[in-house]
Amino acid sequence: MMRTDQAVPPPRIERGEIRVKQTSAKPESAQQAGSGPAMAVKGLHKSYGDQKVLNGIDLTVGSGQTVAVLGRSGTGKSVLLRLIVGLQKADAGSIHIQGQEITNASLEEMNEIRKKMGFLFQHAALYDSLTVEENIAFPLRRHTEMTAAQRSERVQELLASVGMEADLNKMPSDISGGMQKRVGLARALALEPGILLLDEPTAGLDPITSGEIDELILKLQEEREVASIVVTHDLQSAKVIADRIVLLHEGNAVIEGTFEELEKSRDEFVVEFFKRDS
Amino acid sequence: MSLHANMPRRYSTDDLPQPSVAIRSAAAAIWNPINGLLEWFGELGMFIWQVLRSTIRRPFEGLELLRQLDEVGSKSLPMVAMAGAAIGAVLALESRHSLVQFGAKSMLPAAVVFSIIHETGPVITGLVVCGRVGAGIGAELGSMKVTEQIDAIEASGVNAYKLLAFTRIVACVLMLPLLTLAADFCGIITGWIANTAAEPIAFHKFIHAGFAGTGFSDFLAPTFRTMVFGLIIGVIACFQGMRSQGGTEGVGRSATSAVVLSSLFVMLADVILVKLILVFFP
Repeated sequence: MMRTDQAVPPPRIERGEIRVKQTSAKPESAQQAGSGPAMAVKGLHKSYGDQKVLNGIDLTVGSGQTVAVLGRSGTGKSVLLRLIVGLQKADAGSIHIQGQEITNASLEEMNEIRKKMGFLFQHAALYDSLTVEENIAFPLRRHTEMTAAQRSERVQELLASVGMEADLNKMPSDISGGMQKRVGLARALALEPGILLLDEPTAGLDPITSGEIDELILKLQEEREVASIVVTHDLQSAKVIADRIVLLHEGNAVIEGTFEELEKSRDEFVVEFFKRDS
Repeated sequence: MSLHANMPRRYSTDDLPQPSVAIRSAAAAIWNPINGLLEWFGELGMFIWQVLRSTIRRPFEGLELLRQLDEVGSKSLPMVAMAGAAIGAVLALESRHSLVQFGAKSMLPAAVVFSIIHETGPVITGLVVCGRVGAGIGAELGSMKVTEQIDAIEASGVNAYKLLAFTRIVACVLMLPLLTLAADFCGIITGWIANTAAEPIAFHKFIHAGFAGTGFSDFLAPTFRTMVFGLIIGVIACFQGMRSQGGTEGVGRSATSAVVLSSLFVMLADVILVKLILVFFP
């Protein structure tokens, strides 16, 4: 992997000033960004052999909205995120990102769309041959024309936002799983994406750090109108950050609504799900 | 309790394996490995296509290519040089005994040089790089695959085929000929040392006698051959690494299969290329 460059005097980068490089791949089907919901998933199906994982999921997320996806393990929550970011192909259905249909997008088109999205993996997936700083600088090096000093400043700012500014030069193997997750979140935020996909952002974190991550997501929601899908098992976190909650069961969205609406539901599965956690 | 409860059970034809089931399982035993092999080649073809189409767009990953050239070239050099040196010494010692018996002792320098340049140097280099680089690439990419690092690269809008596979393949293709020259050089030097230990001969005389019948085409063809070896090692090691699955065990399998398959294909390619070289460079 790449190494960071030598430092030069740092011109200050204000929030929202990061210019992401565009390649020549311009999707023909692209509509104007911002004309509809940030993300819209319709009739999404995914199977592995005989096992149906997603069975016609519909989901819409507007700018500045956070939708929490709950469900038992193995119900396809992470698969849903992987389909949205294009790491896997859906069997049927459509996915629109900022008005653009992506299920038939070419790799080059998909890479352009991915620059608008930040993805936090369940186990952080940090590049283990790079330091914490280099991990966060990776998308900045690839997709912006920032100088080394500007990158360094942006990395420090991102690390400070997740409380990791002291661990700049550590390798991922030298920090705990929770810290790796925070670095992963900082990396996902590096390009100031309009869409965030978070796969269990608070799993394995202590309650204080979980609270800090929740606050950070809320802040992004309010200040930058980021549209987020958060896959989680943490009901407390879902209650704090989510505008709406979708509960998946056997490949279907059994219920969708606010936390309070779901709490009041008399559906047997919903009642069981919420009872187990309380 | 039934009267028949303690009586031995009578076997019927239903207990025997059904012919159709037996035939089906035998057919499956034959078909499954063939199907697996066809699938493997199909996936390999798709992988090569993905790598090829990734190369036509910017960025061209120059920094990563330089890092891989160092990884494949500089770091393999000591091992390749030692292997070449050992082979050169052994060739001189073994050949000397036979040539003395036939009264052709003066042919020893030519025998050592010809053997090293034409066959031993390229093949030994290829196999050493298979072991060191093939295992390294297989394990590194396998580990990145199972820990979702390759997915993370793709999710950040970067072409993983170009960044990870293309750079490693090109590094193998470019470095194999240079490593072969190093192995050849060390082999010829130790061949002379081994020969001098038995019967002193001046270095310039050894070299002059050794290269007397050697022309440019004697270097060109084996050098081209090692580029093909590099291509095979790079493609197979990257492919096996990037399709790794199943945790740490899967990483181990990727590393092992990268070495075994690339060694097998290098030996197979050697046979085919030697035949082609004899046709085109008689």
